[in-house]
Amino acid sequence: MNLVTISGPPSSGKTAVILKTIDALKKRGLKTAVAKFDCLYTDDDRLYEKAGIPVKKGLSGALCPDHYFISNIEEVVKWGVEEGFDLLVSESAGLCNRCSPYVKGIRAVCVIDNLSGINTPKKIGPMLKSADIVVITKGDIVSQAEREVFASRVNTVNPGAVILHVNGLTGQGSYELSTLLFDESEGMETLVGRELRFPMPSALCSYCLGETRIGEKYQMGNVRKMDMEGKN
Amino acid sequence: MNAQTMGRKNLKDLLERYPFASSYFKDNNLPLEGNRDLTLEEYFGQFDEEAREERALDVDLHYRQLGEFIKQMNAFLGHEEDRVQTVTILPGTDKSGKGEEFGELTIAQGEIVCIVGPTGSGKSRLLGDIEWVAQGDTPTSRRILINGEKPDRKWRFSTKDKLVAQISQNMNFVMDLTVYEFVELHAESRMVENRGETIGRIIESANALAGERFTPETPITSLSGGQSRALMIADTAILSKSPIILIDEIENAGIDRKQALDLLLSEEKLVLMATHDPILALMGDRRIVIKNGGIHRVIETTEEEREILSTLEEMDRKLLAYRSKLRNGEIIGKL
Repeated sequence: MNLVTISGPPSSGKTAVILKTIDALKKRGLKTAVAKFDCLYTDDDRLYEKAGIPVKKGLSGALCPDHYFISNIEEVVKWGVEEGFDLLVSESAGLCNRCSPYVKGIRAVCVIDNLSGINTPKKIGPMLKSADIVVITKGDIVSQAEREVFASRVNTVNPGAVILHVNGLTGQGSYELSTLLFDESEGMETLVGRELRFPMPSALCSYCLGETRIGEKYQMGNVRKMDMEGKN
Repeated sequence: MNAQTMGRKNLKDLLERYPFASSYFKDNNLPLEGNRDLTLEEYFGQFDEEAREERALDVDLHYRQLGEFIKQMNAFLGHEEDRVQTVTILPGTDKSGKGEEFGELTIAQGEIVCIVGPTGSGKSRLLGDIEWVAQGDTPTSRRILINGEKPDRKWRFSTKDKLVAQISQNMNFVMDLTVYEFVELHAESRMVENRGETIGRIIESANALAGERFTPETPITSLSGGQSRALMIADTAILSKSPIILIDEIENAGIDRKQALDLLLSEEKLVLMATHDPILALMGDRRIVIKNGGIHRVIETTEEEREILSTLEEMDRKLLAYRSKLRNGEIIGKL
């Protein structure tokens, strides 16, 4: 089985891109499934079901979504291998711009949209900078100039990535993306022993443990203070 | 360059040799001030483990990416302009697997070819095939040649050499900048020399296309529909490096469409235009008719059609004249 991790900021068009891309994979006779990771709520699983795509959904709730993702992905892979899928796509939202659910040796795709503003590539961390493929969406509603500037900024922060423009509504570009996601010679059975490309953001303070009261004496553990004196 | 040799490089030398590398540091939020005498290894060495975690800094990744960035930029700056003179489409199949019957179709620089056909007939796939320079590896099995030859793979993957630029009806400017700042930003990303002159030329051309004038200081979000389209077309014609321009309809208001097409052609572009507007469609030299996912026919614009075009243009002028009368608060009478 092939595994692909797809992530990107909320509402960047991940699900629409995946749905269109799986359409193209289906036509090639490939069996694809999706594992959707989100935080509080998602009904994207129904969209996948409606399209006849096997899907598992995981909501992280009170936990950090990426920590939740990495603690569950192996079980999802097991499911995929047992069901005999050719390709398993994991979809997760990068909620804090610092996250990156990518695993070494596993194809990583980041989806971002033209509407998010040209400084966005600068603001996103490893999720964008260490992706193998960057998909840029919503190109049909901005000018050619903005598309070119945005793509060139993405290229500056991640020169090694293949950059593709995909339209999640019409599917333009999704066939092309589909050809980059599956490689027969790249099968995998398990993620055990593999490593994340980049460590996840750490946090362990009293608020992680359920503290609700405000004030210095309740702040324990990994606490950091803003610099109120400096010019920033 | 491997990571080790990269690490030994002095920042000052690196930036002197590759001035463009400063944009890599800037866009990755890596401050250069006061650090220019350091080697790259010393530079990254300043960040201890905590700082690296803090900034989500992956030093090995930066060595690789910076090396790749320099390689790409050198290739971009050094290579001679590859002129795209012709694009040839070799037939594939339609949705039912039936072979397309047009022999081969070559579109040359300076030509306008229109694409017509009902929604869902396969227009997007044809454009997709051209953009992806299909080599029998798309659902239609079509093949695309550039200048009569099998094309370089760079057309598929490079962000700097994209084959197709698009202008479509529902595009908007989403940035909050003045016209000048906007075009300047685009020129910067295209690494254009003599920027001021180029920007001036774009604004001048856009003003010639639009009926109502705007200044370089006008915010782009307050341009009228016609002015926006004029600026998009002038900017794409002059600044975009893509040799093929794809137009998805141009609304007939506030812009001289004939002149807009002429501007694109004078910048040595190949123009493909998806349209159902008879005036635009007949302005083309040929039109491709798409049916059931395949190219059904290629029609050359006939003499008779060209005569009809002048009649249509005459009707169009009348309609526009009525429109501007209405706008100016006049009473509509016989023209």
